[in-house]
Amino acid sequence: MGLFTSRKTVFVDSDILVIGGGMAGCGATYESRYWGRELKIICVEKANIERSGAVAQGLYAINCYMGMQWDENQPEDHVRYARNDLMGLVREDLGYDIARHVDATVHKFEEWGLPIMKDPETGRYLREGKWQIMIHGESYKPIVAEAARKAATEIYNRIMVTHLLMDKTKPNRVAGAVGFNVRTGDFYVFRGKAVIVAAGGASHIFKPRSTGEGMGRTWYAPWSSASAYALPIQVGAKMTQMENRIVLTRFKDGYGPVGAYFLHLKTYTENAYGNEYESNWYEQTKEIVGDYIDRHPVPTCLRNHAILEEVKAGRGPIRMVTKEAFKDPHLETVGWENFLGMTIGQAVVWASQNIDPKETNPELTTSEPYVMGSHATCSGAWASGPEDYAPDEYQWGYNRMMTVDGLFGAGDTIGGTAHKFSSGSFAEGRIAAKAAVRYITDLGNDEPQIDEEEYENLKKVVYQPLENYKVGRNEIVGGTVSPSYMLPLHGLQRLEKIMDEYVGGISAHYTTNTPLLTRGLELLQMLKEDLVHLGAEDLHQLMRAWELEHRVLASESVTQHTMFREETRWPGYYYRADHPKLDDTDWHCFTLSRYDQESGEWEMEKAPVYHIID
Amino acid sequence: MPTFVYMTSCDGCGLCVDICPSDIMHIDTTYRRAYNIEPNFCWECYSCVKACPQHAIDVRGYAEFAPMGHSVRVLREEEKGTVSWKVKFRDGREKNFVSPIRTTPWGSIKSPSDYPVPSPDALNSQELAHEPEALNIDALPALTPDQLKKGVV
Repeated sequence: MGLFTSRKTVFVDSDILVIGGGMAGCGATYESRYWGRELKIICVEKANIERSGAVAQGLYAINCYMGMQWDENQPEDHVRYARNDLMGLVREDLGYDIARHVDATVHKFEEWGLPIMKDPETGRYLREGKWQIMIHGESYKPIVAEAARKAATEIYNRIMVTHLLMDKTKPNRVAGAVGFNVRTGDFYVFRGKAVIVAAGGASHIFKPRSTGEGMGRTWYAPWSSASAYALPIQVGAKMTQMENRIVLTRFKDGYGPVGAYFLHLKTYTENAYGNEYESNWYEQTKEIVGDYIDRHPVPTCLRNHAILEEVKAGRGPIRMVTKEAFKDPHLETVGWENFLGMTIGQAVVWASQNIDPKETNPELTTSEPYVMGSHATCSGAWASGPEDYAPDEYQWGYNRMMTVDGLFGAGDTIGGTAHKFSSGSFAEGRIAAKAAVRYITDLGNDEPQIDEEEYENLKKVVYQPLENYKVGRNEIVGGTVSPSYMLPLHGLQRLEKIMDEYVGGISAHYTTNTPLLTRGLELLQMLKEDLVHLGAEDLHQLMRAWELEHRVLASESVTQHTMFREETRWPGYYYRADHPKLDDTDWHCFTLSRYDQESGEWEMEKAPVYHIID
Repeated sequence: MPTFVYMTSCDGCGLCVDICPSDIMHIDTTYRRAYNIEPNFCWECYSCVKACPQHAIDVRGYAEFAPMGHSVRVLREEEKGTVSWKVKFRDGREKNFVSPIRTTPWGSIKSPSDYPVPSPDALNSQELAHEPEALNIDALPALTPDQLKKGVV
């Protein structure tokens, strides 16, 4: 008798099933209840929504706020900003939609109790930069979680969702999801009339700079395990811009944020010899990207590019000049509280290395790449746009519905919408939820039909790593080396090495080409085959096993997209050495993929970029 | 290891186990106290440190790049609505910071069901809950389909 046969199955019926209880998921849960007073609204979270997702440790700024009430910015301005930063390619319809709603979301946060700093002279929110406002956000997530708990019929914490379920009677319609409880080991079958994927983007698909004890100090949370992508990919949802990984310039080792330093403290960077360096690379960058280098603000990837070139030229490390700003005690406090509010590990690094930025200009570094959809990057699912103005090619159903019926997304899940950050992710969750309520209202009594054979089969698949370990462990005396199973950490390190060396990670100077990508795909294929041999010692390791499964599928998608786009669109994020220049003639478009789970094949296509804002 | 637990302070209550976003705080079955089972998956987010009623959890910076002898301690007081930090450098220098964490009582957020039921027509509009009032402007901005054009900008 296998281990899995003794596992209890718990069935949960819902109208709206929200997967992931981070910013987007909490927004979706809240909004679902506002419009669907009688609906059964379920939110399922891998950890505990009180401290889950990318905002678990807090934030010191809200990076997406228009300030329309004071005529500071209009949604159009934000679209121009995000488009410029992403080298021309964003879903302007979706970006505008977030921008027009985000202020109301931020105002609710303040009403709920989030301390937002005020400008003492104007009484307005204190601006860190054009788009950013400063907050005391230690409890940002607990506050938002409280709103979600008030709204949900039930929050299921500590359940890792592994797969979506499709309707057995209707093709291409979602019907629910399955997963397991990380504490009890029970198997969960969720049925939902509409499913909103609000899971996390991807850290740890590329090898991080720190590979020992410090591997957990990635820029994006180590628990962001690509479920945002793997869940829709598995069921054949179209994905977009998965090649558009992001590399972050951050303080060395702790990856402490630089936004407040640049924008509010007015610190600046210099090379190891105290010189300005960006102008050294202006002409060379212009050769690659043309006049995109002349745009303001200079796109994030191009600022990375100058750092990479300067370091390659032997004039690293690049440092942040903090000594001047930190003479002002108020600014010094802001500089420290900025870390303590959102990247405590950076304060730990500085304390440990006796770095007081008042006396030492701290080193910066460029991170390993990440794949996510809410920062200065926009990987994710291809979603239908807002009903009132989205072009026909961007509209096939309800707002934020993917190419699978009834399957919605928000936050890191949805592609093409850069610079939404925490507030925009919550707002997008709300947008998706309202559309999902409309969807199920229109459905009427049309209940989703789940397939018993499908979920019973998935139950075996989900617990297989426990079985593999139990059987294989008896074969060996002890230790971590087995001829029969692979531990989740083994698989993770293999994935990270493949992606690093073949798909443009740090050791390859973010550079790849067709032969490297081709070989990378071969190695990924073998890794994928080996995943059936994952061995999990306990339920915690079973969670790690499924996180790895999700990361591997997302990585394959990233590699396929990187191969498809034959240009270097975002130098500083990655380089296609065989197509070293930006090519607006052939590649001013979105890349789309669709994965066929049966055949393992990826269909790639281009989709047009509509500019709706001048 | 990023977080660690002092043997004599921990009473095994499990609040750290309950809160850890990475699921790495577990109870040791022999000692009945918590410990970090996977330091290399710790983000140093301090969720467990803040949640521990016994102040039994502390952080030692990642061995990979953090020299010893430092400490970053935190006290989060929900009733007072503050979080206090003490940063101690390897060379003994100290810095202290206090920030507010919330301006309203815990538990005071209104459920969306406590608002008047929206009209069925409102479901078909583009306005989200509390809009347009919560925008603090007259109306939700919108575009028109005639603005669309394809191609390079």
